[in-house]
Parts: sequence; C-alpha cells; structure tokens
Amino acid sequence: MAALAPVRPQTPLPARPVAPAAPVATPRALAGGQIVATGLGRRFEVADGWVDAIRDVDLAVAPGEFCVLVGPSGCGKTTLLRILAGLDRPTSGTLDLAGPAGGPPRNAMVFQGRSVFPWLTVRANVEYGLKLRGVGRRERRAVSDRLLETVGLAGFARTYPHQLSGGMRQRVAIARALAVDPDILLMDEPFGALDEQTRYLLQDELLRIWESTGKTVVFITHSIDEAITLADTIVVMGARPGTVKATIPVPFSRPRGLAQVRSDPASARIFEQVWGLLRDEVRDARAARGPVVLR
Amino acid sequence: MNALRTPREVPGSAPGRGPATVRLDPTPVRPRGARRGRLSRRLQGVVLSLFGPIVLLGAWEALSRTATIDPRFWPAPSSLVATARDLVVEDGLLHDVRLSLVRVLGGFALGAIPGVALGLAMGLSWPVRALIMPLASTIYALPKIALLPLVIIALGLGEASKLAIVAISIFFLVVLNTMGGVLAIDRSYRDVARNLGASRLEVFVTVALPGALPAIFTGLRLALGFALTVIVGTEFLSSRDGGIGDLIWQSYQTLAIQKMFVGLFATAILGWALTAALDLVERLVIPWRQVD
Ligand SMILES: Nc1ncnc2c1ncn2[C@@H]1O[C@H](COP(=O)(O)OP(=O)(O)O)[C@@H](O)[C@H]1O
Ligand SMILES: [Mg+2]
Repeated sequence: MAALAPVRPQTPLPARPVAPAAPVATPRALAGGQIVATGLGRRFEVADGWVDAIRDVDLAVAPGEFCVLVGPSGCGKTTLLRILAGLDRPTSGTLDLAGPAGGPPRNAMVFQGRSVFPWLTVRANVEYGLKLRGVGRRERRAVSDRLLETVGLAGFARTYPHQLSGGMRQRVAIARALAVDPDILLMDEPFGALDEQTRYLLQDELLRIWESTGKTVVFITHSIDEAITLADTIVVMGARPGTVKATIPVPFSRPRGLAQVRSDPASARIFEQVWGLLRDEVRDARAARGPVVLR
Repeated sequence: MNALRTPREVPGSAPGRGPATVRLDPTPVRPRGARRGRLSRRLQGVVLSLFGPIVLLGAWEALSRTATIDPRFWPAPSSLVATARDLVVEDGLLHDVRLSLVRVLGGFALGAIPGVALGLAMGLSWPVRALIMPLASTIYALPKIALLPLVIIALGLGEASKLAIVAISIFFLVVLNTMGGVLAIDRSYRDVARNLGASRLEVFVTVALPGALPAIFTGLRLALGFALTVIVGTEFLSSRDGGIGDLIWQSYQTLAIQKMFVGLFATAILGWALTAALDLVERLVIPWRQVD
C-alpha cells in the first residue's frame, strides 16, 4: 500500500497537482486509479443535532474496475462520491487513493442533474478543465475534437447547451470529464434523467470508452438493470445510516453488449439478488419521516 | 390514454348530436428564409409597440385641438415640434440633455461597477454577506433622494454631488441583484469547477460572474431607471446647474408649458434610448441567453 496517497479525515486538501501532464489519452491497458476506503463516515451538522450520511463504509475498487453503487435515495451515494472526488472530507475512517504510476490519482466527476455550463459553448465546456490546467489552445482543440467525435457531438462544437437535448448535454458532461484524462471517473446518476433509448445508447458508448481507456469508474445509478449492464462489481448500499450492505460481482464477459446481458439467465439471478437487498431498504426509506438525527 | 381526445362538446355544436371532432390545422414551417420570418416578427413587434404611444398622442392631439382639454396646459403634441426646434437651436436643449446624460452614465458607472464586485463577493462568501447584508437591506429601503442634503454637505453643490447621489441610489440595488444571481447558481456548477481544479479566483471568473450575468443585467436595468429618476429629481432641487430636470423645473416656474412638455419628451426619449443601449449590451455579453 506504499504507493497509495492516503486521505485522512479533516486534513487540509492536498494541493492541486500543478504539473500539466499530457491530457491526451493514449489508450492504455490499465490507466485506472485505485480506491481503498476503510470505515469511512461523514456526519453532517443539522439544526437539531447530527446526521450520519454514511457510516463505516468499506469500499475497495481495483485499478480499471467498473464499480456501480446502487441504493435507495438518501443513502449517501452522492456524499460518498463527493468524498472520493475530493469535494468533501470524511469525518471518520480513511480513504486511500492511488494513481496508476503512484501518487495521487486524477479524478473527474460527472454530476447528477444540470452541470454543463450554459454560458460556454459545447467545445468550451469540454475544454474547460484543460484550460484550467494551462494546456495550450492547439492541444485543447485536438482533445475536444477527438472527444466530441467520440460522444457523437462533432457537429455541435459551437452550439450553446440550451440548444441541446438532455442526452446531448450529458454527453458534453462526460466528454468534459474525460478531457482531463482522469484515472478515476466518478459518475453520479449520469443517465438518470434520460429516456430509456438514449440511456441504452449512452451506456453502450460509455462501455466502449471505458474498455478502450481502462479507467477506474465509480458509477451511481438507481437502475438495477443499468448496474448489471455496466458493472464489474455492484455495491449495494443501505440507508439510515448509509453503509455498504453487499458487494456483488458481475461475471459477464467483456466486451459486453446490452442485448447479450439481457438474454443471459445469470442476469436474472443477479437482479433477484440486488432487488432482494434493496427491497427492504427502499421500503424503510419510504416509511421514514426524515433522517435519523443524533443528539 | 391517447393524446388525441375528443371533447364532448365543441362551442357551437348542438348538444346531443354525439361527440364532435376537433381538427388542428398544421402550422407551416417557414421555408429557408427563416431570417426573414424572424425579421418580420421583429417588425411586427415594433409596430405593436408603437401602437400605444400613437393612439395616446392621437387622442391627445384631437382633444387639445377641439379644446376638450385646455390647450394652455395640454398643448397639442404637433405644436410642440416648433418649440422643440427653437429649444434646440436657441436654448441649448441638447446641452441640457448632454449634461443629464453624463450625470446618469457617470453615476451609473460609479455605482454599478463596485456594486457588481461587492455583490459577487457577497454571493460567494458568507462572512462578507453577514457583514454587509444588514446595512445593504436597510439602505436599500431608504428613499435615496433623502440623502441629497447630506451628499451636498459632503461634496458641495457641483457635479460631484450629482454623480454621487446617482451612484449611491443604484449601488445597493445592483449589489443585491448580483448577490441573488450568484446565490441562485446551481451548486453543481461550482463543484464542477472545483473538481476540475479551479482556484477560488477561477471559480469567481468562470462560474460566479457568467452565472450571475442575467441577474446582474436585471439589476442594471432597474438601476438605470432609478438613475434617471434621481438625476431629474436632483436637477429639480439644484436648478441653475442645467440638465433636463432643470429645464422642466424652470419651465414650470415660468409657466412655459410648451417647453416643459418638450423637456418631458426629451426625458422619455433619453430613458428609452439608454434602456435600448443596455439591451444591446446584454445581448452581446450574454449570447447564451435563450431568445424569446
Ligand atoms: N450538506 C448536507 N447537510 C446536511 N445533510 C446532508 C448534506 N448532504 C447530504 N445530507 C444528508 O445525507 C444523506 C445522504 O444524502 P445523499 O448523499 O445526497 O444521498 P443519495 O445521493 O444516496 O440520494 C441524506 O439524508 C441527506 O439529507
Ligand atoms: Mg444523489
């Protein structure tokens, strides 16, 4: 574990990496970062006490693994992902992150809901992270051209987001995250608001991108089907407080097609298993009047 | 259920004859000359917007000419044209307009630029907000013209006090609108910036400022109206220093009703022109804002 860059609770945020490492992704076998979380907790202060959004979360994601988190809403999935992204700090436990070459990994998050900047064109959105890193204009352009091609928006570089459909906007968000060539891609219900067909298309696209880049992915969804289609490992979370209830491997071979997964009887078995774990949680969450407040 | 439903009754159809059908005729899409379509739409807008003033002026003209209203106090608009010409040629109307314009624009800039800066800071940082907010909301509610004596004591009777009163009047309006704009920005935009490595300054420049721009312009438009009101009022009170307000007030004092009306029209046109200019700037600065 010597190569891991530990993140301890309540320590100052690590300085942002200044080296403008080459952002152009040349397909690599294993470009992914590694995540090891042990006893991770995040307690929020609320008006009349505290709420544990997550408590005692153990999570290990191997380099290049596609890990999918499922769980009832409010079980702390977003909280966990924000901690992995460095946007929030745990209040207990430890988090160790490692890049493929040692040192801290670079991560990029695709957010739940609206996150594409309305005030930037599609191209400027995709190039945003590169610009922050001081990457030159020509190089940025090369990256955005390639990624817009990848996500099927080559003709929309100069368009503003309000002229795009929801699915197209999500593709922009994904391209923007990929542009900085992250070792870890964190995705918070990226396809949650999309219609089913668009969703299938983007799932296939995401798998293709993932298979060609070898990035580590942590992906949140509330769709069990989506989890089975995408995951190497499904992590089922429970609520009140949010913890990991089970880690379920998904054994289907890669590359995986949507239709293929659907027709495999093993997928029905995994569905049963995940739903069995979630059913009670969802029922509890629905019955709850509010979060459990500790005084 | 199907989206096409058959209403039980259609106005005009006799009851008891069974359900009538409703047919929606297609609206043809304008062919390639969509630009023309939009232009004519704009032209339609202009025509519609001119309708109100023309009807009003027409009615006024008719009532004044038929002496239904006293033409000494309500001179027919057409009779004002000659007065306006005389004022421009002999009495320096344009000079007065320029004086007022400079005061409005100068005071506007002096109030709006720091106003936007402070508003952004308040939106981004809660300590700054907690520090300034009580003051801002108190002064915001104060009728600013009441501060004029104080401003004159501080800065004297000259141009400085006129610029200052305009600046003070609009400052907190711009501050509060800007702050509101920043606070309304979705949290995920800031998270995206931070996640991709933006510093505080970069978040400020690439997220807070552009995200708040629509609200900033709403504030600026209100501020412009305020600035005009305040400068005319100030010119009423400090006459002999020129400006449109001075012209109107002097004309009123000498019962030069025609001149007074010309002053009023000049003020209205000035206000309209300034607003139109601001709209133009907005369209240039916020190209992503949805049209219509
Ligand atoms: N900033 C916060 N302050 C207080 N409570 C929070 C905050 N963020 C999240 N929570 C609480 O933590 C729990 C988990 O939230 P979240 O991580 O958004 O769940 P999920 O993404 O699984 O729906 C919820 O009960 C929520 O109310
Ligand atoms: Mg969530």
